[in-house]
Amino acid sequence: MIKAILVFNNHGKPRLSKFYQYFNEDMQQQIIKETFQLVSKRDDNVCNFLEGGSLIGGSDYKLIYRHYATLYFVFCVDSSESELGILDLIQVFVETLDKCFENVCELDLIFHADAAHQVLDELVMGGMVLQTNMADILCRLQEQNKMQKAEAGISAAPARAVSAVKSMNLPQQLRDMKLPDLPQAIRDLKF
Amino acid sequence: MALKKVKGNFERMFDKNLTDLVRGIRNNKDNEAKYIAQCMEEIKVELRQDNISVKANAVAKLTYLQMLGYDISWAIFNIIEVMSSNKFTFKRIGYLAASQSFHADSELLMLTTNMIRKDLNAQNQYEAGLALSGLSCFISHDLARDLANDIMTLMSSTKPYLRMKAVLMMYKVFLRYPEALRPAFPKLKEKLEDPDPGVQSAAVNVVCELARKNPKNYLSLAPVFFKLMTTSTNNWMLIKIIKLFGALTPLEPRLGKKLIEPLTNLIHSTSAMSLLYECINTVIAVLISISSGMPGHAASVQLCVQKLRVLIEDSDQNLKYLGLLAMSRILKSHPKSVQTHKDLVLTCLDDKDESIRLRALGLLYGMVSKKNLMEIVKKLMMHMERAEGTLYRDELLTRMIEICSQNNYQHVVDFEWYVTVLAELTEMETSAKHGCILAQQLTEVGARVAGVRAFAARECAALCARAASAPPGPASREVLYAAAYVLAEYCTEESVMRDSISPLLGCAGVGGAHMRARAVCVHAALKLCARLLQLYEQRNDLLAAQSVIRETLSGLKPLLCSEDMEVQERAHNASAMLSLLLARLDPQDPALKAHGLDILALPADTTTEHIATLVEHEHSNGIELNEQLTNGEETSPCFSGGLIEELASLFEGELKPVAPKAQKKVPMPADLDLEKWMCRERWSSESSSSEDEGEAGAGAGAGGAVFTAPAQEPRPLSHLTPEELHMLREARRQEQANNPHYLKDDSPRSYQQDDVAVPVAELALEVPLHIHSKRSDKYLKESTKKTKKEKRPMKKRKTKQADRHSTDSDSDEEAERMVRPAVEEGGELPEGAAPSDDEPTRDDPHRALDLDLDLPLREEELLATRIQQYPSPDGGLLEKKKTSKKNKTSSKNSSDKISNKKKEKKAKRNKDLDLMLPEVDKNNVPETTFIEDFEQGKESAETAALANTDNECRDQHKNKTDKHKKTKKDTDRDRKTKKTKSAKKEKQESKRGYEEAVGISTPSKEAV
Repeated sequence: MIKAILVFNNHGKPRLSKFYQYFNEDMQQQIIKETFQLVSKRDDNVCNFLEGGSLIGGSDYKLIYRHYATLYFVFCVDSSESELGILDLIQVFVETLDKCFENVCELDLIFHADAAHQVLDELVMGGMVLQTNMADILCRLQEQNKMQKAEAGISAAPARAVSAVKSMNLPQQLRDMKLPDLPQAIRDLKF
Repeated sequence: MALKKVKGNFERMFDKNLTDLVRGIRNNKDNEAKYIAQCMEEIKVELRQDNISVKANAVAKLTYLQMLGYDISWAIFNIIEVMSSNKFTFKRIGYLAASQSFHADSELLMLTTNMIRKDLNAQNQYEAGLALSGLSCFISHDLARDLANDIMTLMSSTKPYLRMKAVLMMYKVFLRYPEALRPAFPKLKEKLEDPDPGVQSAAVNVVCELARKNPKNYLSLAPVFFKLMTTSTNNWMLIKIIKLFGALTPLEPRLGKKLIEPLTNLIHSTSAMSLLYECINTVIAVLISISSGMPGHAASVQLCVQKLRVLIEDSDQNLKYLGLLAMSRILKSHPKSVQTHKDLVLTCLDDKDESIRLRALGLLYGMVSKKNLMEIVKKLMMHMERAEGTLYRDELLTRMIEICSQNNYQHVVDFEWYVTVLAELTEMETSAKHGCILAQQLTEVGARVAGVRAFAARECAALCARAASAPPGPASREVLYAAAYVLAEYCTEESVMRDSISPLLGCAGVGGAHMRARAVCVHAALKLCARLLQLYEQRNDLLAAQSVIRETLSGLKPLLCSEDMEVQERAHNASAMLSLLLARLDPQDPALKAHGLDILALPADTTTEHIATLVEHEHSNGIELNEQLTNGEETSPCFSGGLIEELASLFEGELKPVAPKAQKKVPMPADLDLEKWMCRERWSSESSSSEDEGEAGAGAGAGGAVFTAPAQEPRPLSHLTPEELHMLREARRQEQANNPHYLKDDSPRSYQQDDVAVPVAELALEVPLHIHSKRSDKYLKESTKKTKKEKRPMKKRKTKQADRHSTDSDSDEEAERMVRPAVEEGGELPEGAAPSDDEPTRDDPHRALDLDLDLPLREEELLATRIQQYPSPDGGLLEKKKTSKKNKTSSKNSSDKISNKKKEKKAKRNKDLDLMLPEVDKNNVPETTFIEDFEQGKESAETAALANTDNECRDQHKNKTDKHKKTKKDTDRDRKTKKTKSAKKEKQESKRGYEEAVGISTPSKEAV
């Protein structure tokens, strides 16, 4: 069984957290903090398994993690899971995210944590591995997103427009706008 | 209405959506909390609006805030509202929020029951799938009970996606509602042979989880799993199955024998490291469980160890780690074969990776022998010097002590070496925790190994001297505690003793208030002084004796006003005694005057008495010492008039190691009669001191409430009438029930029969106590029997140990231990109360799942069908349904079950047909799937039979590769829709097999 799946960045900021056993919010934050401290002090060329972590689990539990660029993906699992299998699963998870977001980076997870959750839900259910085949997961996700799009239909158009405007970030664009060199333009102007 | 909707939409555009929230938080890094508080307020406003999309937006934002650690349980009702929306988009948001924030004890969960049931039975598989995913995170007992049947129905859905999810979901249901396990088990078993590999894998997963905790109930499934193992190519599933076998083999050695061969084949053939590793693990489990006499046993061990060596030698740190992990498992049963790879383990000790070093350390435990112990410890000491990071240092030290002290110092030949190692470790000045461990070792070696005592004393003297000269570190401070004891207890050399007194007293003066060793140092100095004096007396060297006393007295002087209470008290004691002695030896000594003691005036016999009382004060067995004292006085020929002899006798007798359970085995004193009334005895024995009632009452008042009862009721209980006795007993019971300090009968402790402590405690507390003669007799008998029984093996071990060291002379030590005088033991903590380690915790849900799955189902166990659950809980209706069901299921055999199943499927088919059309319209499902579903629905009645043929085919065709194709052909022929079917099959085929992700270094590596 998987007890928890945590994704946080190099500074310990949570980007995605899924607990398959109930902890209250404070405890969740403490677990994330502790896990981060355990994981972050390890070099990149050491093994990906970690025993310990007093808050979550006990001797039967292991932390299995991978570090990608700015993000740590940590799975807390008990002894019924295969260590290497879980490492694989993390890879599948990340690759699926990569496919969904097209070159996934931390920002994608920041702004679309819900989408990341949807990916995870197709991968793991209630702490048990559901599906490990990436093509299958992607197919399921696409079908669900299609449903969502069909629902939104025309009524979502204004909202989409507004959010497009919002995300345009006008001040920055104004600043970035390149006006042609006016004096030169004037000089070039032929009467 | 339409206008309102438009307006709502329009307003919504300017609401903050999730992206805005995230952006806002990022822009307000400095006052994040304030910004979020403001957003929370906005969310609360949004949640009050009618528009469901506004609500959904708010809930989505809440989900994000929950991840940041904000409690959103107050919004549970709104989340449920969003979950119940008709739109999939909102449902998704709602279920996500629910899965993140709900839990089994959440309030209002019962509101969700019908909504989730509706979703589970939704026409769209993704809606049902969503509900299953969400439910898996927060299912409660009630939800599990109410929805078990719906989920079970989904297990036989036509869509593999739903079947897969439902199967996994069932595990969660079992955990919360164990009653569902037995009725659902046949279906679960069926899913092990589901045509879809995903469903199959899910079923294997669930059974593995179940069997991990209660393996014996799943032994009957072993043949099914065996077949799966030999036929399946899905590595995920294989890993699970192999793990399951690892749990099953300890229970059934025959299974292990059968497994060895296919597992060995897999080990040789597989290219996936994850699978290889699990195979090795299970082979190890098999090897542990079966006897070593089996043919090929040694070869299998060899194979495992070789493969593990390959893993450990790999450059991949993960494989190295796992290899060491598995090695430690072999180590337990086959230490010899692991020992040959000592070099490997030792190199791993130098690895840069802490996890690996720790693993290697764990392995060292089994690798040491008499020959290589010193070498290994030397290596570890070097590590210790270099090690950075407290965790690793901690582990190093504990492991080092562990490997040396294992099995009663089995591997230590030279104890002088060991003591030196301990001293060196002390010098490294690690932490107080280590100091404690070292101190304990020092004392233990001193107590157990007589031959090394002189050496140990010398080492300890050096330690004390060092501690006195420079302020000791945290570790030495703790070690000093033991060092002072060992030094004073075992030192016999005059020069060492002479030189150690002032350092010891010096130690007592430094170190601050938190050093517990200080008082011990004072005591040790006095002990050494007494021993020296005895020596000088025998030599008749008065001057030396005087100088020792003077030196000690001057050393004690600053301690007389020490800030540490214990030090001060002991210093006063010691200096008083030594002053007395000095007065006898040299009445004119100026040191006496300085001390302010005018003992000259006292007659000699008073002095002795004074010391005698001191003696009694210091030792519990004062009577014995008193006798010795008087004896000493008679025989003493020397200059102190027997005073030195008396002083030395304070420290006579050897302290011996006490067995951990010695207290329990203390035999009952012969004169203890539990039959006797304590109150009467008390009155009669104390009659001399308290004749009159008033005084007794006062004493009772001081003693506590327990003694008030006899004061009020002085009449002996035997004179009471039965009614009165009964009343008394009732009153006592009442009092016990109200007294929180009293041991209650219903407490979870398991009273052991030989635990004398409990009834004794009750005796002391309760005066009008009546104990049946039978019970006490039994205690007595049991305890003596136990003592006899347990004494034997311990003695054996002891003698062995004596042989080993040839220094341990006291083999009768054990007997002495047995007759240790009874020491008062805390009545409120009977030793039997401590639970054993491997007992499962009380709230372990798996305990309830320990059910016999092979027994036929009883009627009352059948899960209530949905039809039964839907109508209002009208008693009459339910009753009727039940009885009708009873009739149906009364003749229970397999054919009946099948017919039931068929009925169920038929009902399902009808439903499916109804649902087909809208599904296509709504969800853009590809046409082929639709047709497929349609056809499948048509034929679903035949599926059971089909599955059977499937199975038969599998049995018939042993050939692994051919098998899938053939079964497929058969099924295809049976089904009329060959085209669509085969297309689907192809899809499945592509799914089959475990795709190791590209770019992973570890699992995809080829076994060398």
